[in-house]
Amino acid sequence: MFCEKAMELIRELQRAPEGQLPAFNEDGLRQVLEEMKALYEQNQSDVNEAKSGGRSDLIPTIKFRHCSLLRNRRCTVAYLYDRLLRIRALRWEYGSILPNALRFHMSAEEMEWFNNYKRSLATYMRSLGGDEGLDITQDVKPPKSLYIEVRCLKDYGEFEVDDGTSVLLKKNSQHFLPRWKCEQLIRQGVLEHILS
Amino acid sequence: MSEAYFRVESGALGPEENFLSLDDILMSHEKLPVRTETAMPRLGAFFLERSAGAETDNAVPQGLALLPRVECSGVIWLTAALTSQVQVIVIPQPPMWLGLQGSKLELPLWLAKGLFDNKRRILSVELPKIYQEGWRTVFSADANVVDLHKMGPHFYGFGSQLLHFDSPENADISQSLLQTFIGRFRRIMDSSQNAYNEDTSALVARLDEMERGLFQTGQKGLNDFQCWEKGQASQITASNLVQNYKKRKFPDMED
Repeated sequence: MFCEKAMELIRELQRAPEGQLPAFNEDGLRQVLEEMKALYEQNQSDVNEAKSGGRSDLIPTIKFRHCSLLRNRRCTVAYLYDRLLRIRALRWEYGSILPNALRFHMSAEEMEWFNNYKRSLATYMRSLGGDEGLDITQDVKPPKSLYIEVRCLKDYGEFEVDDGTSVLLKKNSQHFLPRWKCEQLIRQGVLEHILS
Repeated sequence: MSEAYFRVESGALGPEENFLSLDDILMSHEKLPVRTETAMPRLGAFFLERSAGAETDNAVPQGLALLPRVECSGVIWLTAALTSQVQVIVIPQPPMWLGLQGSKLELPLWLAKGLFDNKRRILSVELPKIYQEGWRTVFSADANVVDLHKMGPHFYGFGSQLLHFDSPENADISQSLLQTFIGRFRRIMDSSQNAYNEDTSALVARLDEMERGLFQTGQKGLNDFQCWEKGQASQITASNLVQNYKKRKFPDMED
C-alpha cells in the first residue's frame, strides 16, 4: 500500500509527547521521496501510453497514483512544518542557546531556520521600545516585584549581577535576585522561584 | 503542555480538512468500504494485499486466467481471481494485476476522496456500519454508553468528511453526529471540570479524539484556575518542555 512510510513519519511526531522534537528521520524522508519518484515515473510512462496508444483504461490507475503522490506530498510537508513549529517553540521556551542533545535532533536546514528565526526575533525586539529594544521573551507572566527569591536546583557556577557582584549558584542555595536576570534560568530549570 | 507550541488544528469538522494538520492526516488514513466500478490495471502488489479476504461479485470468473502476452514480450503473467486461498505466481518484474470490476475493498479516506467523483466512474462508496441506520438508532437511544474510541477513534471528523460522498443518507448522518455529540457533551464537560489531580484514564477511555481534545482543554482551564487561586499565577516556572527534555536526558546519557 502506498504512503505507509509517510504515515510512519506522521505517527512519529504524534507520539512525541506535547511539543517535543524527535530526531530528524532523514531515512524515512528519503524513502518517501523515492516512492514519489517511482510513482511519478510510472505515471509519466502510462500517460504517454494513454495518449498515444489510446489506452484510456489506464486513467483510473494514473489517478490512483496521482492521489498517492499528493498524499505523500501532504505528509512530508506537514511533517516538516510541524517540526518547525516545535523548533520555534524551543526559542521561546529554552532561549537562544540550545543544548547539544537537541541540536542533534535537527537537520542542517532546520538549524539554519532556527538561526534565521532567532535573528528575526532579535531584530524585531530591538526595534521596539525606543533605543534599547524590548525583550519580549521575558516577563511571560505579569511581574509582581522587581526582586525575587530563588533557590538553586543544581550547581551552575558563578553568576554576575548588574552592579558587579557575582553570586555562586550552588545546589540548594537561596538568593534574592533581580527578576530579569533570573527569569531565563528559572525557565531552564536551574533556579526555582520561591513565593513568600 | 508546552506553552509555545501551537499545532495546526484539525479542520475535519468543517467543510475541508486542514492540509497541514497532523490530526486530519491521521483521521483520513482510516478506512472505509468501497466498490470499484472499473478495473485498474498495473497496480500490482497493491491489490494483492488489499484483496485477501474481500468478497467479489459473482460475475467475476473464479480460478486462474491467463493474460495474453501483450506488453511484455517473452513473459507470461498469471493472474488469479480475488479469493483469499489462491496463490499468485509472481515473476520478477512488477506483477500485473487486473483490478477486477465490482470488487469490494477497504480504502483509506484520502484515496476514496481522491478517486471519487459525482458520476461514480471509478468507485462508489458505502457507509461504514457505524454511520448506518442500525448504529444511528443506538446513538439516538443513549449516546453516552457507546465506546467511541473503539468505533474508529475519529468518529466525528471521519463522519463529517464522509458527507462529501453524497450519500442519500447524508442528512440523517449529520443529524446523528450532532445529536450524539449533544448527548455526550454534558458528561465530558462535567468530568473535565471536576477531576482535579486525579487519574483520568477511566474518564477518557471511551471518548473519541475530538472529545479527548475537549476534555484536555477543560482540564487545562481547571488547572489554570486552581493555580491562580493558590496564588501561583505569578510564579515563574520552568517550562514543561524543558522539564520533559530533562526527564528524557538521563536515559540518553546511560546509553
